[in-house]
Amino acid sequence: MKTGWSRLRSLLLALAFPLVLLAIWHITTVGRPGSLIPPPAEVWLELRDLAFGGIYDDAYSRTLHIHLLASVSRVYGGFALALLVALPLGMLIGRVALVRQLIDPTIQLLRPVPVTAWLPLAMIIFGLGPRSAFFLVFLGAFYPILVNTIFGVRSVEPRLFEAAAMLGCRGSAQFFRVVLPAALPSIFTGMRLGLGFAWVVIVVGEMTGVQTGLGAIIMEARQLSRTEIVICGMIVIGITGFLSDQLVMLIGRRLLAWSPSHG
Amino acid sequence: MAEVTLPILEMRNLGKIYAQGGRAIEALRGANLTVRKGEFICLIGASGCGKSTLLRLAAGFEQATTGDNLMWGAPITGPGPSRGMVFQDYGLFPWLDVRANIGFGPKSRGRSKSEIRDLVDRFIGLVGLQEFADVYPHQLSGGMKQRVAIARVLANDAEMLLMDEPFGALDAMTRERLQDELVEIWSRTGLTVLFVTHAIEEAIFLADRVVIMSPGPGRIEREYQIDLPRPRDIASREFNEWRRLLAAQLHSHHGRKAG
Repeated sequence: MKTGWSRLRSLLLALAFPLVLLAIWHITTVGRPGSLIPPPAEVWLELRDLAFGGIYDDAYSRTLHIHLLASVSRVYGGFALALLVALPLGMLIGRVALVRQLIDPTIQLLRPVPVTAWLPLAMIIFGLGPRSAFFLVFLGAFYPILVNTIFGVRSVEPRLFEAAAMLGCRGSAQFFRVVLPAALPSIFTGMRLGLGFAWVVIVVGEMTGVQTGLGAIIMEARQLSRTEIVICGMIVIGITGFLSDQLVMLIGRRLLAWSPSHG
Repeated sequence: MAEVTLPILEMRNLGKIYAQGGRAIEALRGANLTVRKGEFICLIGASGCGKSTLLRLAAGFEQATTGDNLMWGAPITGPGPSRGMVFQDYGLFPWLDVRANIGFGPKSRGRSKSEIRDLVDRFIGLVGLQEFADVYPHQLSGGMKQRVAIARVLANDAEMLLMDEPFGALDAMTRERLQDELVEIWSRTGLTVLFVTHAIEEAIFLADRVVIMSPGPGRIEREYQIDLPRPRDIASREFNEWRRLLAAQLHSHHGRKAG
């Protein structure tokens, strides 16, 4: 079948590049005791030990699920809070001139400040520990959602308001029947970017002195020169972030079947 | 008592001035137009003649700067379901399928689910789109989109159909089919139609009355009652005479406008 073949082909092509990278990694590191970067086989062994134990039986054995759960809950928790704040705020800024004039300039000024720059302040305000991590993840997800929501509710085609008005849909009803659905693709893009950023800042967020989390073990393993654990953490973040993005895309495809660029 | 029926639409000395970048632009001056219920009127003229402005005033999207703009004798203060607009760019809601687009108006006006379903079934049938009921606008051709746009204003009890170059973006074949269908719908429903076009042939084919407009500032130049019997034959001698007459009328303004 043609579609089956083209799917297989794109899967093979997608795998070819990482396999080449893996081969280069293997060739350059294997059999060199002085190498600071462990070879792939060693990382694989460590990954299995982290997940299931029974290989090294050290402090890290069989702890992956704890760290994974901690990070996932912070990412989704921070993301959910960002949604809760950014969606209504974005709609208000986008549709209410007074709110826009009041808040938008401040947000534009704060937006270029990188999340990492907030780290020391977050630790002072929220203390060492999970609350700071949560805040930083929130901040990372907040701006993309906010900016795209504002854009979405502001860029509704004027024609659609006219069409709604002459069909008898006026005033605040237009917000729910025209503005929201029209802004949905943008809002969705913001959510996708926001969730992506939440995964990006999780490592920074977990540098704030928390005991668990993928970011936390990466930082800890770095101090112990356990580079194989660092790489394991990176791999798990990559895969989990990827799966989480795929999930959002799946939801988007169902919700936005009407949109030529999403459906 | 004398038989006095109010016109469905009456424009008296209507003028519209826009402010654009600190400059005032006079889009329409002193327009007088009376439309009786059931009439098919075509507004025709070069760009800048105010024909779209006049239509938007009838729709209530704009408010006139001077003059009276009345429907059944009452001032038009804003857009409403009695005057259904069909835009050249369709203006369909992309997130709603054909069925929900047609049901948008009735739903806005609080009709019950079963009423909406009946209405949608009826008007989706009227424009022949039964098989496309569950399809989204981006999957439809231009002609189909315009059928949906017509159906959704009819499903919403529009008394007057305001059409702003509705077939201007369609290919010639589709355009002719839709013209035939529009005349058919109009003659069956007793609708009143106000139709903006820049195509002379389209105006003669469709209209009871052609209103010629001219630019600088936009104004109504004169009106012609098209007395050709329907269905009209665009190849007939009479049709061609009308075509020549209106073309001469329109072009004379182009000449006069220079400068």
